[in-house]
Amino acid sequence: MRKSLLALAAGLLLAGSVSAASAADKLKVGFIYLGPIGDLGWTYQHELARQALVKELGDKIETTYLENVPEGPDAERAIEQLVRAGNKLIFTTSFGYMDPTLKVAKKYPNVHFEHATGYKRDKNMSTYSAKWYQGRYIQGLIAAKMSKSGVLGYIGSFPIPEVVSGINATILAAQTINPNIKVKIIWANTWFDPGKEADAAKALIDQGADVIMQHTDSPAAMQIASERGKLAFGQDSEMIKFGPKTQLTSILDTWGSYYIERVKAELDGTWKSEDSWGGLDSHMFAMAPYTNMPDDVKKIAEDAQAAITAGKLHPFKCPVIGQDGKEIECKGGANLADGQILGMNFYVKGIDDKLPGK
Amino acid sequence: MQLVLEKRAERSNTIALVSPLIAIGLTIVTMTILFAILGKNPLLALQAYFIAPLTDGYSLQEIAVKATPLVMIAIGLSLCYLANAWNIGAEGQFLIGAVAGSWIAVKTQGTDAGAWVLPAMLVLAAAAGALYALIPAICKVKFGASEILTSLMLVYVADLLLDYLVRGPWRDPNGFNFPTTAEFDPVATVPLLIEGGRLHLGSIIALLVVAAAAILLGRTIKGFEIRVVGAAPRAARFGGFNANQLIILTFAVSGALAGLAGIIEVAGPVGHLQPGISPGYGFTAIIVAFLGRLNQIGILIAGLFLALTFIGGEQAQIAMKIPLDVTKVFQGILLFYVLACDSLILYRFKLVFPNRQVARGAG
Repeated sequence: MRKSLLALAAGLLLAGSVSAASAADKLKVGFIYLGPIGDLGWTYQHELARQALVKELGDKIETTYLENVPEGPDAERAIEQLVRAGNKLIFTTSFGYMDPTLKVAKKYPNVHFEHATGYKRDKNMSTYSAKWYQGRYIQGLIAAKMSKSGVLGYIGSFPIPEVVSGINATILAAQTINPNIKVKIIWANTWFDPGKEADAAKALIDQGADVIMQHTDSPAAMQIASERGKLAFGQDSEMIKFGPKTQLTSILDTWGSYYIERVKAELDGTWKSEDSWGGLDSHMFAMAPYTNMPDDVKKIAEDAQAAITAGKLHPFKCPVIGQDGKEIECKGGANLADGQILGMNFYVKGIDDKLPGK
Repeated sequence: MQLVLEKRAERSNTIALVSPLIAIGLTIVTMTILFAILGKNPLLALQAYFIAPLTDGYSLQEIAVKATPLVMIAIGLSLCYLANAWNIGAEGQFLIGAVAGSWIAVKTQGTDAGAWVLPAMLVLAAAAGALYALIPAICKVKFGASEILTSLMLVYVADLLLDYLVRGPWRDPNGFNFPTTAEFDPVATVPLLIEGGRLHLGSIIALLVVAAAAILLGRTIKGFEIRVVGAAPRAARFGGFNANQLIILTFAVSGALAGLAGIIEVAGPVGHLQPGISPGYGFTAIIVAFLGRLNQIGILIAGLFLALTFIGGEQAQIAMKIPLDVTKVFQGILLFYVLACDSLILYRFKLVFPNRQVARGAG
């Protein structure tokens, strides 16, 4: 009995070392996901990008992910576990991993980190994000055209600049079509909670909104809008199957090309810490097909998309008027400076709501 | 022929000791089958879950870090449960402790406050946790309100208070509106025990708490009262023990420990106050308390074991690409077997043959 146990143990050890050896020559790339890979939103898009990465460079790399890692005390450990498992390039795909990523990055200077949507960087820690406000601007144009009641419903996640700039871009665009457009905002205080998101959508529709937009990750709001016969925009991913007659378009996070580019740099030894903030002209995000709208609205959307991509149209073109009626200082020449957008913590004029914490 | 559960004449002490082992054995068998179905090598998977985390210093530290709040809260809860007082709101007391302690950290931020900051944070957190736990205790004693409901509902109040503070008054001015305080100053941070590691002073405090609770229950009259009031309320009344006073006491102690665990987590591994500082520690600790059979050493082992399943689950995800859901299934199966096997303490299996039963009845 004891002998067979020993044999078993030896077998286990051997099996372990063999698999380790075959993997040693491949670059190990790790991912930390906020949600489950089946959230059909934020995490799902990162997972699709990882799959694209494997398809492109699968013979040179081995990828690993940890899903559903909360942005609390467990995050630092999860990241460090990936480092200790031999991953040399690690993507931490949510804002709340910023401090944990930085802590682990300082501890392991030879490992490279890529943190999504944050603002803290280091020699071995890059950040990457997308100018989603450009997509929001296009959505604002469509929403104002399509809304009969003149009231838009907006489900916010957290009042951080990324979300606030999205709301402002939406309204600035909508005002060019209908100067009296109204927006109702509900802060869900979560990125992913289908129950809460559905409740928020119901409440917004009850308040008269007939176009629902969201900065949360699940398709729940799309489903509610579909049930009630309203219109809605998807978020992060293609959500048309949840509202074939409802979805106008969706801002699609398309991280794949960025991931491939960064992993290639790592393989070539040219990786260095940088801050990537890509717009429609890069491939950080894309717009889903414009559906459920008349051709003239579709044309407005497509023209705006072309103008933004070509750099001819900027959603935050000066002058931008703040909620209090005062003009916002224009630090970027003709437009608000990138820094002002990245740190945006004010509403523009025409939003009848108080920014939380102001 | 049928299999029936028959009540034992008295509880079996042998089974009480052996049943967790049977439960773990059954869990391993079930998981082996599950891994095989998933097409994973069961031996490698079990090795990743149970053995690998125990073989290097880093993982051992992480297990201790994860177990620290669980053990500390569960010890307090065990005192309540032994005295028949049902504190379900340790999560809320944990959060209030974290908030109260953080108040000092936030207010002294950037000043040249001395070494008094951390001790003051710990004391204030424990006091706040105790006071918060006294609300349901007093409602129970004075008005007969169900402490299960009131303590549970106060969890949400604490959660929302924390949320309000980090979004409003205590928000990091340089944090781009994200709901978090600034990182605590070094004087407001729980010291690390090992350079470059994550093991912190809180783990030592948790061990002291375990020892203190063992002494309280085993060697003092108060501890005796707690056990008698819980096990034999009528006898306790005849003995002149004041059950209400014990509800107040045990609630206060468990609230203080939960509050202490809260500030240690915030000033330790997290480093700042933010929403989501607890992945449900206060509720998981209830499981730890019962897994450990409300015994101090049992709780220590149960806390470490549960922590092991978390760390092992992560390593299995990395090494074997086993999905997180399997870890959750694994934890669920384990609890299921533990509870099922516990019924063997008071019951036993018996094979019943109908015809013989008749014969015996006739004889």
